[in-house]
Amino acid sequence: MDVDVIVRNAPFIFGGLYLTAQLAVFAIGGGLVLGILLGAARLSRQPWLYYPVSAYVHFFRGLPLLLVIFWLYFLIPVITGRSLNEFAAAVIAFIVYEAAYFSEIVRAGIQSVSKGQRMAGLSSGLTGVQTLRHVILPQALRTMVPSLVTHSVVIFQDTSLAYVIGLREFLRRVNLVDAREARSLELYLFAGLVYFILCSAGTFTGKRLERKNRERKV
Amino acid sequence: MGLLNYHFDWSVLWRAPYGQMMIQGIFTTVHLSLIAWGLALVLGILIGVLRTQPWLPGRIFGAAYVQIFRNTPFLVHLFFWYYAAPLILPESGQQWLYDTVPNYAYWAGVAGLGMYTASRVAEQFRSGFSSIPADQYRAAYASGLRTFQVYRWVIIPYGFRLILPTITTEFLTCFKNSALTMTIGVMEITHTAYYIDSFTWHGLETTTAASLVYLTIAWTVIAVMGQVEKRVYIPGQIRKEG
Repeated sequence: MDVDVIVRNAPFIFGGLYLTAQLAVFAIGGGLVLGILLGAARLSRQPWLYYPVSAYVHFFRGLPLLLVIFWLYFLIPVITGRSLNEFAAAVIAFIVYEAAYFSEIVRAGIQSVSKGQRMAGLSSGLTGVQTLRHVILPQALRTMVPSLVTHSVVIFQDTSLAYVIGLREFLRRVNLVDAREARSLELYLFAGLVYFILCSAGTFTGKRLERKNRERKV
Repeated sequence: MGLLNYHFDWSVLWRAPYGQMMIQGIFTTVHLSLIAWGLALVLGILIGVLRTQPWLPGRIFGAAYVQIFRNTPFLVHLFFWYYAAPLILPESGQQWLYDTVPNYAYWAGVAGLGMYTASRVAEQFRSGFSSIPADQYRAAYASGLRTFQVYRWVIIPYGFRLILPTITTEFLTCFKNSALTMTIGVMEITHTAYYIDSFTWHGLETTTAASLVYLTIAWTVIAVMGQVEKRVYIPGQIRKEG
C-alpha cells in the first residue's frame, strides 16, 4: 500500500469533486422540478396529459442512464443544429432521466394525501391547480422527503457516469491518476471510501427523516 | 432546423460489419446480465437470510455488505474488479489469471454486477422475510426443523412469492446496469452503439436502435412476470397495484 499517491494527487482529485457536486446539484434540482410536474400530470384526468407523460416515464425507466447520455449527446446537436458542450449534455441527460424516477416518488406522495383534502380545497373555491399547489403538495412533500433524499444519493452516485462523454469529475480524475501512477488498489479503495462517507451521510439523513415521519403519524 | 439537414443512414444497423456487431452486442448484454443475475440471486438470498437469522456476527456482516454497496457507485466496483482486484494476487498469480481468463473484462463485469445487484436483492429479501408473520417461523421450528431447514422449506419459498414484483424490478435494474461494463471495455450493446459512431458518425441511429432493444426486452420481461405473479401469488395476500 502506498498512501502517498493519494496525498500527492489530492488537489487534482478533489478538484473533481467540485464538478461532481455541480452535476449533482443541477441533476437533483432540475430533475425534481420536472419530476413534480410529471408526477402531477400522471394523476391528471386529462388524457392528452396523462398518456404522453406516462409514455415518457415508462420510456426512460426502461433505459440505462448511460445510453440516454449517449443518445441525447448525439440527438441534441441534430435537433438544434449546433454542437453542445459536454457539461450541458450531461446535465440535460440527468434531468430528463432522473425526472422520470422522481415523478414516481411524487406520484406516490400525492396519492398518499387523503381524498378529503382535495375535496376541501376544491370546495373552498380553489382551482384544481391551486389545490395541488397550496393544499396537496405541501403535505405530500413531507411524506416524499425520505425517498427523495435516498434517490438523490443515487443521483450523486450516478454523476460518475458523466465521464463517458469526457467530463473530468471525481471518479474520472481518480481514473486518470491511476493511468499515470499505476496504483489501482489504493486509488479505487480511496474513491470508494470518499463516496461511502458522503453517501452514508445522505442515506443516514433519509433514514432519520423517515423515522421522524413515522413518529409524527403515530 | 438541424433535423432537416441531418442525413439519416439507418443502413449502419445491418450493413457489414456493423450489423453483426450490433447482434453480437445484444447477445453479450443478454448473457452477461443473466449470469450476473444468477450470481446476484444466490448471493442476495444468502445475505438476506444472514440479515434476519438469529446469529449476530452473520447479521452484522450482512448489514455491512448492504451498506457498503448501497453507498458507493457501481462504477467504482467495476473499476475495482477490473483494475485493482488482480493486484491483490502475487505477480505469478496475475499472470495466471490473465492467461486462463482471456476475456477478463467480461468476468470482472459479471462479478461486479452480480455482487452489486446482490446487495439490492438482499434488501428485498430481508424486507420480504421480515414481513412474514413470526408465527410462520415458530410453527416451522415447532415442527422440528433446524434453522437451515426453516429457511429452505418455509421462509424462502414464501418470501420469494411475496417479493416477486420487486425482484422483477431488480432484474431490470441489473439488466440496465450491464451497460456500465462498457467502461471496462466489454462490447455489450451500448458500447457497440457508441463504437460504431466512431467509424460512421451515425451514432444517433445506433443508439436509437440500442434503446429499442432495451425497451423491448424490459417490457417483455414485465409482461411475462406479470403473468407469473398472477400464477404464484399467495391466496389471501392483498395484491399490489401497479
